[in-house]
Amino acid sequence: MSENKSQARPFEPRVVAFFCNWCTYTAADLAGTSRIIYSPNARIVRLMCSGRLDPQFVCASFRMGADGVLIGGCHPGDCHYQEGNYKALRRYILLRRLLEEMGIEKERIRLEWISASEGEKVKKVMDEMIASLRKLGPLNLNDDMVAELEKSSKNAIEDLQAEFQGGVR
Amino acid sequence: MSKPKVGFYWCASCGGCEEAIVDLAEDILAVVDAVDISFWPVALDFKREDVEKMKDGEMAVGFVNGAIRTSEQCEMATLMREKSGVLIAFGSCSHLGGIPGLANLHDRKTIFDKVYFNSPSVANKEKTTPQPAVHKDDHDLELPIFWDTVKSLSQVVEVDYFLPGCAPPVGLIKNALKAILDGKLPEKGSVLAPDIALCNTCPRKDTKPENLLLKEFKRPHWAVIDSTNCLLAQGILCMGASTRSGCEAACITANMPCTGCLGPTGKIKDYGAKALSAIASMVDSTEADEITSRLDQIADPVGTFYRYSLPSSLLHRRKSSLSRGGGSE
Repeated sequence: MSENKSQARPFEPRVVAFFCNWCTYTAADLAGTSRIIYSPNARIVRLMCSGRLDPQFVCASFRMGADGVLIGGCHPGDCHYQEGNYKALRRYILLRRLLEEMGIEKERIRLEWISASEGEKVKKVMDEMIASLRKLGPLNLNDDMVAELEKSSKNAIEDLQAEFQGGVR
Repeated sequence: MSKPKVGFYWCASCGGCEEAIVDLAEDILAVVDAVDISFWPVALDFKREDVEKMKDGEMAVGFVNGAIRTSEQCEMATLMREKSGVLIAFGSCSHLGGIPGLANLHDRKTIFDKVYFNSPSVANKEKTTPQPAVHKDDHDLELPIFWDTVKSLSQVVEVDYFLPGCAPPVGLIKNALKAILDGKLPEKGSVLAPDIALCNTCPRKDTKPENLLLKEFKRPHWAVIDSTNCLLAQGILCMGASTRSGCEAACITANMPCTGCLGPTGKIKDYGAKALSAIASMVDSTEADEITSRLDQIADPVGTFYRYSLPSSLLHRRKSSLSRGGGSE
């Protein structure tokens, strides 16, 4: 399934980026208004704070086909909500270890502090991450999972698709 | 009028769920009065053929415990589904994948290599491993196929209700049986346990600090555990915050932390990720190095946070053994 796809088109990493409203999302906005050119591979999701990033979002992104997840928050000490970014950092450190145990390479998840004025850093981080994902190749979690479930039950796939359409709460 | 038929079956499980039914003690007599147990291989002499002879839906309620890890278990789960009016996943393994589900960190090859070749106590010069089919001395022998991946019951067949727990607490079993006999089952797909976190019903609730910050995570055998204070506040990893109640805090009453066997509350999609989130955010530090060294005290994140739920997690199983091309294994 995926082999056919990759023959038709060269691999383009898919990244889900979770950016906080007050710093990193504003920085991405600045990168745009400053006409900075960077890799267009990320789907950016705006959160009010990096502390809102539930590790479930990261797992769901990978499962639904992301090759990498980027998390952007305010620099330490700069969080709009005092300590949301510290909570994000603690979760990120443990989640990364858990994901590695699950066979997902460390390079596929990255946390960066990017302030509202650092449009250039958005470009740098995004380009670096896409380059390292290109080296790693596709994660294919979605395809693998469907194939694995297919072995035992056809209904399971329909359920899985229905679940995807329902979204992850 | 004849009594409604009820059947029990076990798949990849330890037998503890069958024990839980026996734990009903004298109340089981009332159950036997009300229903006709028509299939229960662990306790009564019925065969697969007896079930096959039934009409579809003839068994009013089917209880299946254990995870699904072989082709035979999948066949039996499918058979139970066909013959049961209501199919109930009984216990953590069939509900979420359970402890056997941790085998999803491996696959058939790595498990067989360990069990049949590399384990220190194994002598297997002929390199014998279970084969799906063997022909020997004019006999055809078949063994069930051992899957790479362990699944929960609902990943294989449609399940009507889930009775959680490792094993399900007697109180929940009684409530479920009563609901079945009174015809008062809730909405299809429900977990037959209260949808509130264990922390909310914990006898030590009042000792849980408003803002929990931890400098150290201890494993239960490292510490002398105080028997009155919140276990988390003592640095013991307790999963009460993300786990469904219904067990009457049995482990905590025995001065041991919750390990999460009743699974997530209704709003949680992925138990392990949510439990990880709750625990990690309690680290009392803002420096990356210090946070890392404190979290390193959690020896086995997957085994801790997905102890009962790896197959039903969003990631389902470890990736590398399945990857096609470019993978390391």
